[in-house]
Amino acid sequence: MTRTLRALMGATALTAAGFAVAAQAETITIATVNNGDMIRMQGLTSHFTDMHPDIEVEWVTLEENVLRQNVTTDIATGGGQYDVITIGTYEVPIWGANDWLLSLDDLGDDYNVDDLLPAVRGGLTVDGTLYASPFYGESSMVMYRTDLMEAAGLEMPDEPSWEFIREAAAAMTDRENEIYGICLRGKAGWGENMAFLTAMGNSFGARWFDMDWRPQFDSEAWHNTLTFYIDMMNEYGPPGASNNGFNENLALFQTGKCGMWIDATVAASFVTNPDDSEVADSVGFALAPDNGLGRRGNWLWAWNLAIPASSDAPEAARAFIAWATGPGYTELVASEEGWANVPPGTRTSLYENQEYLDAAPFAEMTLRSMQAADPTNPAVDPVPYTGVQFVAIPEFAGLGTEVGQVFSAALAGQMSADEALEQAQELATEEMEAAGY
Amino acid sequence: MATQHSRSAARLMMSPAVFLLLVWMLVPLIMTLWFSTLDYRPMRGTFDCCEGLGNYTRFVTSSAFLDSVVATLQLVGGVLVITVVGGILLAILLDQPIWGQGVVRILVIAPFFVMPTVSALVWKNMFMNPVNGLFAHLFKGLGLQPVDWLSQYPMFSIILIVSWQWLPFATLILLTAIQSLDSEQLEAAEMDGAGPLSRFGHITLPHLARSITVVVLIQTIFLLSIFAEIYVTTSGAFGTRTLTYLVYQRVIESQNVGLGSAGGIIAVILANIVALVLMRVVGKNLDA
Amino acid sequence: MARAVTTQRKIVFTAIAWIIGLAIFFPILWTILTSFKTEATAISDPPVFFNFDWTLENYAIVQERSDYMRYLWNSVVLAVGSTFFGIIIAVPAAWSMAFVPGKRTKDVLMWMLSTKMLPAVGVLYPIRLILIEMNILDSKGALIFILMMINLPIIIWMLYTYFREIPGEILEAARMDGATLKDEILYVLTPMAIPGIASTVLLNIILAWNEAFWTLTLTTVDAAPLTAFIASYSSPEGLFYAKLSAASTMAIAPILILGWFSQKQLVRGLTFGAVK
Repeated sequence: MTRTLRALMGATALTAAGFAVAAQAETITIATVNNGDMIRMQGLTSHFTDMHPDIEVEWVTLEENVLRQNVTTDIATGGGQYDVITIGTYEVPIWGANDWLLSLDDLGDDYNVDDLLPAVRGGLTVDGTLYASPFYGESSMVMYRTDLMEAAGLEMPDEPSWEFIREAAAAMTDRENEIYGICLRGKAGWGENMAFLTAMGNSFGARWFDMDWRPQFDSEAWHNTLTFYIDMMNEYGPPGASNNGFNENLALFQTGKCGMWIDATVAASFVTNPDDSEVADSVGFALAPDNGLGRRGNWLWAWNLAIPASSDAPEAARAFIAWATGPGYTELVASEEGWANVPPGTRTSLYENQEYLDAAPFAEMTLRSMQAADPTNPAVDPVPYTGVQFVAIPEFAGLGTEVGQVFSAALAGQMSADEALEQAQELATEEMEAAGY
Repeated sequence: MATQHSRSAARLMMSPAVFLLLVWMLVPLIMTLWFSTLDYRPMRGTFDCCEGLGNYTRFVTSSAFLDSVVATLQLVGGVLVITVVGGILLAILLDQPIWGQGVVRILVIAPFFVMPTVSALVWKNMFMNPVNGLFAHLFKGLGLQPVDWLSQYPMFSIILIVSWQWLPFATLILLTAIQSLDSEQLEAAEMDGAGPLSRFGHITLPHLARSITVVVLIQTIFLLSIFAEIYVTTSGAFGTRTLTYLVYQRVIESQNVGLGSAGGIIAVILANIVALVLMRVVGKNLDA
Repeated sequence: MARAVTTQRKIVFTAIAWIIGLAIFFPILWTILTSFKTEATAISDPPVFFNFDWTLENYAIVQERSDYMRYLWNSVVLAVGSTFFGIIIAVPAAWSMAFVPGKRTKDVLMWMLSTKMLPAVGVLYPIRLILIEMNILDSKGALIFILMMINLPIIIWMLYTYFREIPGEILEAARMDGATLKDEILYVLTPMAIPGIASTVLLNIILAWNEAFWTLTLTTVDAAPLTAFIASYSSPEGLFYAKLSAASTMAIAPILILGWFSQKQLVRGLTFGAVK
């Protein structure tokens, strides 16, 4: 830590010196989310400014929702407050199509764009133009406690079914000792519980809309999805599940209170890190469950760096993105912090690197999960939209959160699953009519 | 008594404040009114005339509207009751001769200095979290099932958090009022054989009437715009979506500025109705 | 005749008052204590109060991640700046309303208060677009103006009620002695008004310091105050109670200390005309 601190101070001195020499120093403002990988990137900024003494870097690190709110408002009003923004795979196609982002087709030879995982790259490309560069990518998978599984006399297959998950959750739950068989997202939000439930719905044959954009919450498949989820959570989930998002569940799992947790693959490196996790040496991984319908309940997501069209320092921003998402950054993190801490899920070459595979026991399962997700064809039945755990239309963020609140209330026991679905159907119909579908 | 000269001087002295407030009120208000008649959805790239009253009808007829009015009234009412009743009791207590009065007063007013975001984060995570929160530890220590405050009693929890922040304010104003109470009057009543309750009801409470209305008025203005506490704790889920929060969802989350602007106008109309009623009462009280 | 107070009664009231005072203060105390714990100790069950290995680690991490001094400086500038200009505008207005009341004074006052009723988020787009047009997004000047405007009604009202308590006879007497308007304000009113102005200043600083909507939505770097600082510590990954506590302590400490030192001043003017 002190080393980073010193590096930071050195960087400040260097930038100051650089400023004195080149009066033309450009400042780029980078908005990012307060996730571990991003904070690590922030800590390594000096390596970038050493190479580019004429560029100064300002960081704006915010909690995910605040970040999204600020970045969205800024780009919608053309405020030009940021030069590099961190956005998800949901925003990129919409914003790219609106010409709000600059093309990133030319990030230099070192960038090696063909190395990007095809599924991730496809999601960031609009009409053949790359509008954002992935910083890390994730799918979702089952993380489970090998010791509890063994004690329960069960063995986790690589490709479990939902039935097996429920059975295992029942066997592992020990409320006396605060061990809950299954931890899942319940906190309302399109990127929280709805990400999980939409992906889970895919494996149950559910979908948001049919080919005529009619909401499908009145379908049998959604009924099955939601009742299964609520029943399992009520019986084997932790208390207060309806307020648990990714971070809350991570804390629960790390402190040994969850038997299984189905969530983002990036969590794998946190739960296996002995510094943070009490259960680091007894975690196993499996693909997200399915129901034998040909789709698994896993999503595909990436946090990406992009340049708003309103940026006043696009070239410096481009240089930063090429540095932070290029292959060189992976090696930099590996040499500074170890292979297990490199940002995963964006490049094929990482999964061919033996050093990484040795350091990251979860690498193989992560890659398999990411390959199993298909954003262009997410559900069992055909759908008119792209996105596995979201629907890439501008209305989805608002609608998804409202539906998420209804489902969260159902999980909290304030209404039944069917009442929740009825309300969701009503909300979605209202919203889609207003949007002119 | 005031001369013509001082009258015009007075008008001159008031003008910067009045002018600025007029601009500050009118410019955004007119723009919001204008937006509220548009189909303004930045994400779709629409900025189209003319929705007419369409946004207003949509906002009011949506199932969320009535619930949000109810939630707003619950929140404001709940906090007012707790802070006023609690404030009176605390003020009376602090008015008693006690050791370390200054220190106790410092302890009591401390929450007023805490940022709403910080207080919501601290309460949510460190106290109300059903697994790692202090309340959960306490309940488990007593052999009880930990309560999941924010989903089982969401509105109550938010009222509790907000009340904690505003109780010091009410207490301070009420304390000053109590201290200005003529103690001879109380003693006279005591000599006449009036019990503590009847002394409180007949002397203290009427004396506090003005302070109570002031507390109610000022807090109402701030409570109607409560945002951070809801945003941090429940994000409007479980029936805690107030009118302000609903407008936020329309503008920011759905990025439907037209609809959200209509909601904002409706909110300001409703707030002014509440304020008008309140001000009638307070205005009368201030004249007396 | 002094009221007879038995020692017994004093003990009982002291005990009750201290218990309640400590209970109200407890969340803040707990936050401060937690900021000195390790993450594991922060969630330990049963909770530990004082008997743990005190560490400054969390403060070091927070400082390393974000430049606290810059946020702090911005908070100070915004709070002091908006208060300074607010007082300059509010004092004359409140003075004239209090001493030269017209028929409409009360209506003007109520109208001023009603400008606080429009929900901030409802006018976010208009305000943002204006700031972008003027090219003053993320500038301290714009934030100072906005914070001044949202608190102006409250401080005018507070000053007005305070000024009204200054007896008019004193002014009459001064005028009889041939005092001009300037003398009246400088030598008669100002000394009497200082306590009221002082407590208004304090209240305004507190309100501006804690404002968390505009300061968060209209700033990025140059004007971002402590409310933006804290927004990067709400629910990051993993265990975060200790780090959150350290960041929280850093965000509230300056205003808490100011408030405690000046609480006598604050209380003196904080009556809003409720005491006659």
